[in-house]
Amino acid sequence: MLPSRSLAGIAQGAFKHSKSVRLFASAAPTAAFAGQKGSNGKYTVTLIPGDGIGPEISEAVKNIYSAAGVPIQWEEVSVSPVLKGGKTVIPDASIESVKRNTVALKGPLATPIGKGHVSLNLTLRRTFNLFANVRPCVSIKGFKTPYDDVNTVLIRENTEGEYSGIEHEVVNGVVQSIKLITWDASERVARYAFHYAQSQGRNRVTAVHKANIMKMSDGMFLSACREVSKEFPSIKYDEDLLDRVCLQIVQNPKPYADRVMVMPNLYGDILSDMCAGLIGGLGLTPSGNIGRDASIFEAVHGSAPDIAGKGLANPTALLLSSLMMLRHMNLEEYANRIEKAALTTIAEGKTITGDLGGKASTVEYTQAIIQKLQ
Amino acid sequence: MLRNALSSAVRPAVSQARTATTLSAGFPKVTRRPSSKYGGVYTVTLIPGDGIGQEITDSVKEIFEHVNAPIEWEQYDVSGVSSSGEVLFKQAMESLKRNKVGLKGILFTPISQSGHISWNVAMRQQLDIYASVVMCKSLPGFPTRHSNVDFTIIRENTEGEYSGLEHQSYPGVVESLKVSTRAKADRIHRFAFDFALKNNRKKVTCVHKANIMKLGDGLFLNTFREVAKEYESSGLTFNDMIVDNTSMQLVARPGQFDVMVMPNLYGAIVSNIGAALVGGPGIVPGCNVGREYALFEPGCRHVASDIMGTNRANPAAMILSATMMLRHLGLDNLANSIATATFNVINEGKVRTADMGGSSTTSDFTTAVIKSLV
Repeated sequence: MLPSRSLAGIAQGAFKHSKSVRLFASAAPTAAFAGQKGSNGKYTVTLIPGDGIGPEISEAVKNIYSAAGVPIQWEEVSVSPVLKGGKTVIPDASIESVKRNTVALKGPLATPIGKGHVSLNLTLRRTFNLFANVRPCVSIKGFKTPYDDVNTVLIRENTEGEYSGIEHEVVNGVVQSIKLITWDASERVARYAFHYAQSQGRNRVTAVHKANIMKMSDGMFLSACREVSKEFPSIKYDEDLLDRVCLQIVQNPKPYADRVMVMPNLYGDILSDMCAGLIGGLGLTPSGNIGRDASIFEAVHGSAPDIAGKGLANPTALLLSSLMMLRHMNLEEYANRIEKAALTTIAEGKTITGDLGGKASTVEYTQAIIQKLQ
Repeated sequence: MLRNALSSAVRPAVSQARTATTLSAGFPKVTRRPSSKYGGVYTVTLIPGDGIGQEITDSVKEIFEHVNAPIEWEQYDVSGVSSSGEVLFKQAMESLKRNKVGLKGILFTPISQSGHISWNVAMRQQLDIYASVVMCKSLPGFPTRHSNVDFTIIRENTEGEYSGLEHQSYPGVVESLKVSTRAKADRIHRFAFDFALKNNRKKVTCVHKANIMKLGDGLFLNTFREVAKEYESSGLTFNDMIVDNTSMQLVARPGQFDVMVMPNLYGAIVSNIGAALVGGPGIVPGCNVGREYALFEPGCRHVASDIMGTNRANPAAMILSATMMLRHLGLDNLANSIATATFNVINEGKVRTADMGGSSTTSDFTTAVIKSLV
């Protein structure tokens, strides 16, 4: 696998900069899906139901998938941390499963707040080198918010930046947190952003930055984006300050419908949730983590322990994420069919869950979608 | 020193306990030496800044002249567009140090790595004006997507991501340091709680990312909790919120926020979201205060070079910031009449600049405010 990847990287002609440095890192330009169907004609996908409402919403997705006849069989694993050599780690079997299948769907995980725990999401990102987080936000008909014309796509660098986890207390009361920006990671996410823009018919990529203040780190992120933009002459490239982007999206999100935004980790984290707020919250927004070794699609909302097990949870976010997964696997038709069924169900507003202002249970909502499929 | 908050500035037009610029006693007053006042006239440093700065400060000057405000300007036309303005910048800094009080537009900061560092940030750091105060309040007569927005952003202004410490440890690997200290966290939290008390606010929210930056933002959050203990019996409630969730909540349910306190970078993001909620950077006033100096500038720091020199900028933010300055100098009556006139013009809706959906010019707006003063 590796040699072909590095060849691809060179073939792309991208590496004018730092030729000697870790060629492999950005050599998988798009992390395209390469899975094969099993003997039963189905792809195997790892399913991580997660905590809290996770199992319920995963069940809903499974039911909808079998009703739609999607050629996928699930391999359910748990990522609850286990003790290994004095450290809490993700069980090996789960890691193996994701590595083997290269695609996974994941429900919400409860990260214990407090000392010593590295967030499980962070561990997953590191383990599978999930370098790009894709967060589309589209206004959903039938769920009214002050904004009804949102259609944004945001791609966030997912492995470094402010989330490097490198921090230390220099003396008592003085802490340094290091934001780490590397050329390789910046270039890799930029390339994915351009690739995504091209494949989704958006003809513009905007890099969001704060390079007037962080001249070197964000500056390098920008030069990486600029470098990559030369390989995609059909796609317009521009740069915008984080401040201005925040201001403009919240004032009027409409102009952002023509482009893909790409940015370092923290900005992406904040802006993606902000965009989610515009369309009604995390319960309606899908998310995909694209990686070199695997891609994990997930619901980014919390595990909602307060309503867990009551059958009230809204599976939409996980369902929409799974549709991103289908598209990643080139199963476009199934994705479109299910998406239409789900969105009409919400637009009709008869059987929707409590968080959307309805009274339906998870099962009723799922059934309504399944009926629309037939 | 501390004047009663309630006695301040109630706009006669709207009988509310506070206005968008109520800041009667929010600031630590100049302690060592009063601001330069000769023969009953205050000397104030004026730095119009780049972009629309010249136009909107002209507007302030005109209005002040009309009401015969006891202010003498010491004007420095510093420009950050080229680095050659450094001598003038130093003179402006000395003037600020002499006068203790200043009014300022925004200076342009180049993005290129060879360009000079942000002079806006340098000013804040050198004068140690550590608290940035930005007022976001829905204006009567100017409905936006959200109504009843009324919160104040208190932003740490001197450290964090804006430390300016960056280095390339290896080609293609850049580290940018975010410095967080207990001392600075402590004083900004105190400022926030004092501000809330003196301005009759109810709740203080600490915005952070301590789940990821456990040490850096952890220090900020823990200090907040400690300071909050000292205000336990004051009747103020307090809570904390992660920055990504905050930005989501802001665009969905902004009514839940009152006083918000946060580190530097999050302040940039949140103040822009806030401005967008109430109608744009043209109407959001702000200031930077420290123990010795106070520098008043629009709350949303945009240079707006695109409309520079076209007489289309909205001077309201600058006028309102100037009224905050008047209050700071103890000229409350004058401040109130100018603020009231400005709000009346906005409320009437006849004279509006392009950013508020009108077609009036900057000078039209200024004239309207002056007329309304009579």
